[in-house]
Amino acid sequence: MADIIKAASAGTAEKSDLIVEVEPCEQGVEIELESVVKNQFGAAIEASVRDVLEQCGVKNARVKIADRGALDCVVRARVETAILRGKE
Amino acid sequence: MRRSMLFLPGNAPKMIINGNFLGSDAVIFDLEDAVAPAEKDAARILVRNVMRDLEFDRCEIIVRINSTDTPFWQLDLNEILPQKPDIIMLPKTGCAHDVEVVDDYITAMEEKLGFAHNTVRLMPLIETALGVENAYSIASARPRVTALFLGAEDLTADLRCKRTKEGREIEYARHRMVMAARAAGVDVYDTPFTDVNDDEGILTDAALAKSFGFTGKASISPRHINAINQVFSPTKEEINYAYEVMDAIALAKEQGKGAIALHGKMIDAPIVARAQQTIAAAEALGIHKEDLV
Amino acid sequence: MRDTKLVASIREAIVQSGLKDGMTISFHHHLRNGDYVLNMVMEEIAALGIKDITINATAIFDVHAPLIDHIKNHVVTKLQTDYMAASVGGVISKGIMDTPVEFRTHGGRPNDIAEGRTPIDVAFIAAPISDPMGNCSGKYGKSACGSFGYPLLDAMYAKKVVVITDELVPYPLVDWSVSEVYVDYVVCVDAIGDPNGIVSGTTRITRDPVGLVMAAQAVKVVEYSGLFKDGFSFQTGAGGATLAGAKFLKDLMLEKGVQGSFVMGGITSYLVDMLQSGCFRTLLDGQCFDLKAIESIRTDPRHQEVSIYQYAAPDACSSIVDSLDVVFAGATEIDTDFNVNVHTDSNGSIMGGSGGHSDICAGAKMSVIITPMFRNRLPMIRDHVTCVSTPGKDIDVVVTQGGIAVNPKNVELKERLMAAGLPIVDIFELKEKAERMTGKPQPVPHGDRIVAEVISRNGGIQDHIYNVL
Repeated sequence: MADIIKAASAGTAEKSDLIVEVEPCEQGVEIELESVVKNQFGAAIEASVRDVLEQCGVKNARVKIADRGALDCVVRARVETAILRGKE
Repeated sequence: MRRSMLFLPGNAPKMIINGNFLGSDAVIFDLEDAVAPAEKDAARILVRNVMRDLEFDRCEIIVRINSTDTPFWQLDLNEILPQKPDIIMLPKTGCAHDVEVVDDYITAMEEKLGFAHNTVRLMPLIETALGVENAYSIASARPRVTALFLGAEDLTADLRCKRTKEGREIEYARHRMVMAARAAGVDVYDTPFTDVNDDEGILTDAALAKSFGFTGKASISPRHINAINQVFSPTKEEINYAYEVMDAIALAKEQGKGAIALHGKMIDAPIVARAQQTIAAAEALGIHKEDLV
Repeated sequence: MRDTKLVASIREAIVQSGLKDGMTISFHHHLRNGDYVLNMVMEEIAALGIKDITINATAIFDVHAPLIDHIKNHVVTKLQTDYMAASVGGVISKGIMDTPVEFRTHGGRPNDIAEGRTPIDVAFIAAPISDPMGNCSGKYGKSACGSFGYPLLDAMYAKKVVVITDELVPYPLVDWSVSEVYVDYVVCVDAIGDPNGIVSGTTRITRDPVGLVMAAQAVKVVEYSGLFKDGFSFQTGAGGATLAGAKFLKDLMLEKGVQGSFVMGGITSYLVDMLQSGCFRTLLDGQCFDLKAIESIRTDPRHQEVSIYQYAAPDACSSIVDSLDVVFAGATEIDTDFNVNVHTDSNGSIMGGSGGHSDICAGAKMSVIITPMFRNRLPMIRDHVTCVSTPGKDIDVVVTQGGIAVNPKNVELKERLMAAGLPIVDIFELKEKAERMTGKPQPVPHGDRIVAEVISRNGGIQDHIYNVL
């Protein structure tokens, strides 16, 4: 249940996918979101990011998302992968 | 009824999120060859989430894990098994021992997860000369094995021959595979036809596989699914004939006759068995006697 | 004898036509995204200091983005069109015009012109070939576009008509589409368009597996609709899945030995193949999409050019859409009342238009909308569409990858399709199914300023499009 110790990323720039970049952050969680469906799903994406961070025990992280219309299960998968890679 | 199995690359969200809708009887989420080594972790998590969160009510789910000579296969199973896939496909199965190792691991996990024993079935992928030689012992290694699947691309590389569209080079392996699977009492699936733009070729290739005794065929392209389903479904004529056979048998019984002819041909036990298989397949596809003209 | 109608330049033609502030000019879109003519004409009009122009165009494409500056400079103050691509539509949606855009359908536009409701002062006709008297056509020349169905009505009813060509041939051009009797001026320029943007070399069907699945299902709907028999008539768009539908329909027609009467289009090589392989007796062509279609309309007498008025005008004694059996069409959104939006994206920003959508869906015995359950996580089936482009009463069937919904008014059709074993689902169920995958989208608020009016093919205002925030 360690924090992010290094910058890492996951995902692709394909449609229905997203690129997640995580890096260490001193205090709290910062999310930068870019999405083709930001108007409709911006809040939902951010909530999912926070949820996965919590499940992975990450309290401090800077997360950057570039989303091309990924479904929630894909968003969560990519965030989890990036976190695991950032913990190694 | 499983006629067609569609490979979908495990790290491509655009493909796998629509897996339920592409018309195949089963989808194969591929964690092996379609995923680069550096992305194995990502694919595993993605496929697990897709299985967990999306509905797959129109097809079975098969997951091709990595082979036992890689460091990935247990990690794959750890993520995937809790989502209760219908079948785990084990690539590069060379001998019964490969099956036993994976079967033991799955059995242990099934117990931990509270699944009934053999909830998740196993489909060894035979794609080496050694695997072909050991096909029967692989098919009969453990009751978890539900079907054999022939992979001709790797096999022809192993045989050091060219893979052709006509497939003369894999004819022996195909026969051998069907023989081994049927002897062990399991299903058997044919290798994909890889020219995705050849709409005629897939029909020919699937028909050949059916004539050899294969249960169905895998595909790497959604475009080929219809052709495969069509070829491996019983035709109207076959179904009609099957019902004629059963009617004739019933009549013979009524009249107390031992043997009976239909259209001048003796009906014997194998013909009845085949008719029963055809009717079962038709019923599984929702084609009932009253629908036939 | 009359002197030639040739004038030296577009500017000269504009001056001689008497174009003044506040007048209406018209354009047609056979040159599609390769068109140079609208921009060339507008540049000259701006340079002449003329203001307050209304443009009535069959369609506005991305290539026409320079219009935005003419709007900002008040050269253009009103737009009437049947379709507007995103490059212009996105800016219009921000509310840069004082007067709302008037969207009509391909049938409604010529209807209003013919009835005198939208008079045109000067029509500019981009012609791939013309003679000096203005007999002109789309079938020949380096910028050939094939069918020349759109400009005919404009030529007949505009007070002045200017033909702009880049292939001037001696009088008389034979096989003309627009006749000299309507033409006032002819201008020859270096190029009226970019051939690469006018037509495709070849049209390819979609490789998208979901598109192919939907197309195959749509063809099954046709097969079991009760309409699939000799004499069957059909129209399809050129978009991904609908075009694949044409290919699968061909296979089915050949397999079943059914010969149709005609295909209306939007003609692509796939429809030409259907004609040549005997699936249909006739192609009726309002617009060619690729080189094979152009070759066919030139050489095959069964391939008939039609005017847009005959295609779809609701007040004509009859039009082709009235004889259509089945149409395949798309949607950017559809709602549980079967209303279809093809004008805006899900953010409410203009990116299209009806074109012939409303006309064919109203005319055909069965209209089939082919749309995926979601695109880019956006569910396509909504409680209410952002904009009603075609009313739900004219939509019969919706085909998605996750099932087929039949408009409840079609009781018998629904029974037929269910009996055939097709996956028929309630549209509300389809909506929920999509939302289970995508999540429920948050509503996108719009401004309170009307940026466009959608006028139904019969003339009433059907919906408004508001500015995006």
